[in-house]
Amino acid sequence: MEESIISTSGLTKRYGNFLAVNELDLTIGKGDVYGLLGPNGAGKSTTILLLLGLAEASAGNAMVCGFNPATHPIEVRRRVGYLPDDVGFYDSRSGLENLLFTARLNSIGKDDAYRRAWQLLEQVGLASDAEKKAGTYSRGMRQRLGLADVLIKNPSVIILDEPTLGIDPQGVRQFLDLIVRLSREQGLTVLLSSHHLHQVQQVCDRVGLFVGGKLIADGTIDALSSKLFASEPIIVEAGFTARNGIAHFQPDDLMPLTNTIRDIEGVGSVSFADGILRVGCVNDRSSLIARAVFEAGYDLTLLQKKRHGLDEIYHRYFQESEPYGKTA
Amino acid sequence: MRFITVIFKKVNHMEKLLDLYRSFAERGRRITWNQAIASLRRLIQPARRREPLHPFWVIVGREMSDHIRSWRFIILLALISLTCFGSLYTGLSNVGTPKAAGTEANKAFFFLQLFTATDGTLPSFTVFLNFLGPLLGIALGFDAINSELNRGTMSRLVSQPVHRDYVLNAKFVGSLLVMATLFFALTLLMTGLGLIFIGVPPTASEFVRILAFTLLTVLYVAFWLNIAILFSVRFRQPATSALCSIAVWLFLAVFYPILIKLIAKALAPQPGPMAGFDGSAADFQRTVINLLRFAPGQLYSDATTTLLMPVVRSLGPLTMEQVAGAIPNPLPLGESILIVWPQLTGLIAATVGCFVLSYIAFMRKEIRAR
Repeated sequence: MEESIISTSGLTKRYGNFLAVNELDLTIGKGDVYGLLGPNGAGKSTTILLLLGLAEASAGNAMVCGFNPATHPIEVRRRVGYLPDDVGFYDSRSGLENLLFTARLNSIGKDDAYRRAWQLLEQVGLASDAEKKAGTYSRGMRQRLGLADVLIKNPSVIILDEPTLGIDPQGVRQFLDLIVRLSREQGLTVLLSSHHLHQVQQVCDRVGLFVGGKLIADGTIDALSSKLFASEPIIVEAGFTARNGIAHFQPDDLMPLTNTIRDIEGVGSVSFADGILRVGCVNDRSSLIARAVFEAGYDLTLLQKKRHGLDEIYHRYFQESEPYGKTA
Repeated sequence: MRFITVIFKKVNHMEKLLDLYRSFAERGRRITWNQAIASLRRLIQPARRREPLHPFWVIVGREMSDHIRSWRFIILLALISLTCFGSLYTGLSNVGTPKAAGTEANKAFFFLQLFTATDGTLPSFTVFLNFLGPLLGIALGFDAINSELNRGTMSRLVSQPVHRDYVLNAKFVGSLLVMATLFFALTLLMTGLGLIFIGVPPTASEFVRILAFTLLTVLYVAFWLNIAILFSVRFRQPATSALCSIAVWLFLAVFYPILIKLIAKALAPQPGPMAGFDGSAADFQRTVINLLRFAPGQLYSDATTTLLMPVVRSLGPLTMEQVAGAIPNPLPLGESILIVWPQLTGLIAATVGCFVLSYIAFMRKEIRAR
């Protein structure tokens, strides 16, 4: 990692007896797209508030763009754009006017502000709706206007809190693509909080898993998966039917088959659920598994090889730690 | 075209304009008004363009334009204008009548009667404002903070490089400016119309009294504005905060005086042989009036009465000895202000107190997205 642009050490936020953020040590490098993952109430939003200096930390400190948000919030907010999860605009003003207002709050001159606002509206695909009142915008449009609003101050870091909440799948895809493209083009650091695993997987270089106010894992998705599933990095899934046409099996009926597969070298765990056999193995054993299935008297209907995704990582961590902040 | 040159020449300080006009004329161009206005703008604006407006004034500006465009403000504006013209009518039809003039001394301040004269069918301008002013203040402030929180614009606003207190201060200043402009415009309009109808111009001291009265009104409404802002910080629902402000207003305007008078009636000293001589009755009256003055409406009406009726020389009971030998002359402006100084201080203190409370509450509030 190159130089870090966001770093926290021992950052803690307590609400009464409730620990919202618990001794967080986080480092985000310049130009990273970092995903903050966790269930609702895990402390993601609180962490973001602390980073922006909008809430006071109970202990520990943070550095954002070389400034401490607790003591120099203005300097931090000049360099960091923040898109809250349900961003609001002045409904009686047009999208353009809303943008210009933000620009003027950031002391951008009138002509500059106009130019930038139009350019950004163009980029997020709202140029034709710029003069419409923000109250008439759809959820997806509001979110895109929000992105333009964040970018108009020319930030070096943008923080997006659940930016894809409530947008349809197609819209989510476009939105995420837009974020990634912009961050690549302008060398932006992006901190993205979400509980949607797949979206985060799609766009983030690194992820941090947040549970109960604690960062329980941090790194690239590959690194996380190999660290977690060192014994069995590959999963082979197999679906099959019996030759007599029966497609539904009791696990007990399959005992001979699962035993055979378990005996294959390099195979770790074997499980059966929803008509699909899941085999975790050290390296690719799909051909041997296929043969075993065939020899046991079944016909293969499905065979696929997967690496562990965030889903598995997420679930694995949840099994290990108590979810929903009960650690406090 | 020549007449323009003549006009410019006549007005000495417009030489700059004349130069401007000449330069156009010499170039042989036909100037249009638009061109003239554009070059005038260039004359005034370059300094402002280079320097972007301070963020605080950006918020104030947005706040003001929001108010001016809102239906709420337009309705109140209509209401208060109606009040203004209604009381102008009352004032005009009663000005100079013996009832309004009262003493000889009051006749010297003929013009001021416009604001206070009434025949009892319609209340005078000051009484109307005493009643409607709070409504305007509440209407401008009751959703200042909570509506931004509910719309989700607050979290966007505070994540910009502005200090958090700018938001609250700008809300207050914006509403205050709108309201002050409104009152000054209305009062001056009333003065102007009165001037046309009566035909007697106000004296300098009368005019200053009118301005002081307007300032006082702004201060009074600012108090209610702050009460409303306080509730808007405290309560999440605009309806709740509006209702709370109105409840406080009704209590202080209607029920509090009734309550005090009821208690006073029960506790009043029995008229004995020495009543009126030992001062106990006067003391009692003074206490009652002072208790009434906890209501800002009372402070306001005390102050306006003194400012607009120069003969009023005391706001409490006066004993016969005090009045004996006094010439019923009007007081000079300074003396009138001196009499209402405690009232003014009280109003300012109440306003500042409310503002401090809402400031503390707002600064401690954690602002999350909706």
